[in-house]
Amino acid sequence: MTQSEKYTAAAYLVVFLGVLVYVVIIGSKLQRLQREVEQLVALVKEKRTDG
Amino acid sequence: MRIHLTLPVLAAACTGLFGLAIGLALFYAPEDADQGLSQRIFYFHVPLALTAYACFGWGAWKALKYLRTRDERADLESYVAIHQGVIFGALTLLTGSIWARVSWGVWWSWGEDELVLFLVLFLFYCAYFMLRFSVDAGPARANMSAVYALFGVVLIPVSFLAIRLSKQFIHPVVFKLDGPQMTGSQFFTFCVCLAAMLTLFATLYAIELAGKRLDRSLRELKELLTA
Repeated sequence: MTQSEKYTAAAYLVVFLGVLVYVVIIGSKLQRLQREVEQLVALVKEKRTDG
Repeated sequence: MRIHLTLPVLAAACTGLFGLAIGLALFYAPEDADQGLSQRIFYFHVPLALTAYACFGWGAWKALKYLRTRDERADLESYVAIHQGVIFGALTLLTGSIWARVSWGVWWSWGEDELVLFLVLFLFYCAYFMLRFSVDAGPARANMSAVYALFGVVLIPVSFLAIRLSKQFIHPVVFKLDGPQMTGSQFFTFCVCLAAMLTLFATLYAIELAGKRLDRSLRELKELLTA
């Protein structure tokens, strides 16, 4: 593999990894939102049983 | 409902266009006689830079909309667009640096006006987040962020035209007044890559915006339930 090929592959990889990291971050945020929704559901259920 | 319908369409279009763009850039576009294989970095590097400009421009437009209407949604949209712009800007700097290493033998050149101005633009928008998160959420923060985003947009034409103002002319000039300096197949590949990058921005923008809106709604709901 020539130097030019290595650097070109690295540039494409950087774009791919950039998007991948972004997707992972968004995925972790979605998981946090899912947990918050579950907490809210539990809170509503608790309030109903108390009421 | 609108996001539910548009997001899968955008994501599908983005996947299709990216597959096509990679195929065209690697296998269809002819190899540049001067730069060789490394010229293929151009097909992603320049669309990344143009998409970053589009993000900052969109962010400024939404900031202007906020200042006119005081609509909180416009403030959030401006913030998300600038966030996307910083991501695309970082990728532009990284891919450009790799290209510079192959072509010039250095990772960075301070003598290049376009590079330095793009870095200034990037750092200017990085500072946007420092400003935004140093103030408590509310109208004051939204106002400051909107004014800052509008100031930043002035740097876009300066950065874009810097190559024309540059005296060194090391950085290649592809788009001139008499048209693009490339073959038809190269220009077609570039257009597909630009379309793919803009669709990626639209998709990520829609995803992040939906997430932020959901987060905001959940906070409100939590406050209502715990009150």
